Amino acid sequence: MDDLYREIIVDRYKNPRFKGTIQGGNVNFEDENPLCGDQIRIDLKVDEFGTIVEAAYDGHGCAISQASADLLLESVIGKNVEIVKKMTKQDILDMLGIELGPVRLKCALLPLKVIKAGIYGLKAADDSLVDD
Amino acid sequence: MNKVHMDFPILKRLVKAGKHLIYLDSAATSQKPLVVIDAMDAYYKEMNANIHRGVHALAEEATQAYESARMRIGDFIGVKDPREIIFTKNTTESINLVAKTWARQALGKDDLIILTPMEHHSNLVPWQILAAEKDLELDFIDLTPDGLLDLNCYERLLERKPKLVAFTHMSNVLGTINPVKEMISMAHQAGSVTLLDAAQSVPHMSVNMKELDVDFAAFSAHKMCGPTGIGILYGKAELLSGMPVFLGGGDMIKKVALRSFQPNDLPHKFEAGTPPIAEAIGFGVAVDYLSGIGMDQIAAYERELTAYAIERLEEVPGVTVYGPKVEDRGGLVSFTLEGIHPHDVAQILDGEGIAIRAGHHCAMPLHQNLGITASSRASFYLYNTRADVDALVDGLYKVNKVFH
Ligand SMILES: Cc1ncc(COP(=O)(O)O)c(C=O)c1O
Repeated sequence: MDDLYREIIVDRYKNPRFKGTIQGGNVNFEDENPLCGDQIRIDLKVDEFGTIVEAAYDGHGCAISQASADLLLESVIGKNVEIVKKMTKQDILDMLGIELGPVRLKCALLPLKVIKAGIYGLKAADDSLVDD
Repeated sequence: MNKVHMDFPILKRLVKAGKHLIYLDSAATSQKPLVVIDAMDAYYKEMNANIHRGVHALAEEATQAYESARMRIGDFIGVKDPREIIFTKNTTESINLVAKTWARQALGKDDLIILTPMEHHSNLVPWQILAAEKDLELDFIDLTPDGLLDLNCYERLLERKPKLVAFTHMSNVLGTINPVKEMISMAHQAGSVTLLDAAQSVPHMSVNMKELDVDFAAFSAHKMCGPTGIGILYGKAELLSGMPVFLGGGDMIKKVALRSFQPNDLPHKFEAGTPPIAEAIGFGVAVDYLSGIGMDQIAAYERELTAYAIERLEEVPGVTVYGPKVEDRGGLVSFTLEGIHPHDVAQILDGEGIAIRAGHHCAMPLHQNLGITASSRASFYLYNTRADVDALVDGLYKVNKVFH
């Protein structure tokens, strides 16, 4: 019935694998989507080579934003931060496996925006971080 | 009432997957009947001209149509004097006009404005801006647990001699209809001026500004079968005439010299530049349309539909309905579904052709007060039916199923 709510999205929303906190995180960032009140905080432990060795997120919001965070973290663990910097909107949509209208796209992209802002060490996240 | 939906062409349209549109978002903006659309069309096809300036036939006809709309809109809210009916862009601009003219002149350091926590941002932010500029104090009437204003708290606040009390007639989130007549009279006894946000009341019930004795009131055409881009500021003539001008330019002046101007008479003093003429004409037809059906009939119909909606919503597992008892509310219901974000609810319903609103509905402080970040809202108008409510409830069962 509802393509948007593919099993993977509902499952990740209800049974997240990466929700929580980690010890000794050295990259963290938090942002929200004021339109719907989605909020995401991401903590990463990055080693001296720039590899993400551990990751966790916390937050609340719609299924799309929360599932997107969970899938994103799963995909970045073990990768170098330079690779994460190059991730795009399309990578997120591929992960979620859905098409989204402009409003819900913001929900889906919030975690990517947050992780990039954290990696770049920015004070504030900006939509240009997730524009292709 | 059961044939009314046929007056609204958009309600015939199909949306997602060939499903019929079920429009439950009239508190955001209402749909428009064909008579209103046709009237605006006819203006452009047959009458288009600027008003108050030309002497040619079209200009005269257009001016007459514009001013006739003002009279009929005045009549609709019990106001006979056209000087008291100012065309603005919408409710938001009407309130900002009062903040930037009357209040800016009349209020000074440490003066108090009383508001409520159930205000739409448009009756909150203009006062925050003015308070920062003038060093004013804002205070708020407490809400009771069932979403009503606490009138004992209001009475205590009035002892502090506010200069202005500004409140909504009907909450766009809780649906609460406030006892505004009593509140206005209490404010006047305390020597305060009053402003009513009537954006959600004038479209849905009979409101007489003279009986209420309110000093200022604001509402928008687009929520009452009229077009976007036009609204009303009602103000008592004695207040309006003493107020400084708002925007400067054409139409709002009587005389202009190189270094000075003389403002025009009411209501034109507050209508600078070419106004939305087609929209004013459409607005006039919208109030004729609503009067033809009868505001008391509309209010009663919506109340009955809302009672039915609350009853049916409460049978859906996980639903929490916000706001007061049916007797104290207008035609909308805000709710949450346990464990499911309102945006997900709205999105799945959208797949069924059902349009509801999800989010904070421009009332973030109120949501904070309720302890939630967002809610879903179904709002009703004269063209909605019990079948729409049934579709909503079926849709919510589906939402629950998707998220088991
Ligand atoms: C209670 C209330 N006040 C003010 C407004 C603002 O109306 P507008 O956006 O037409 O200025 C709304 C509409 O959303 C409302 O519901």
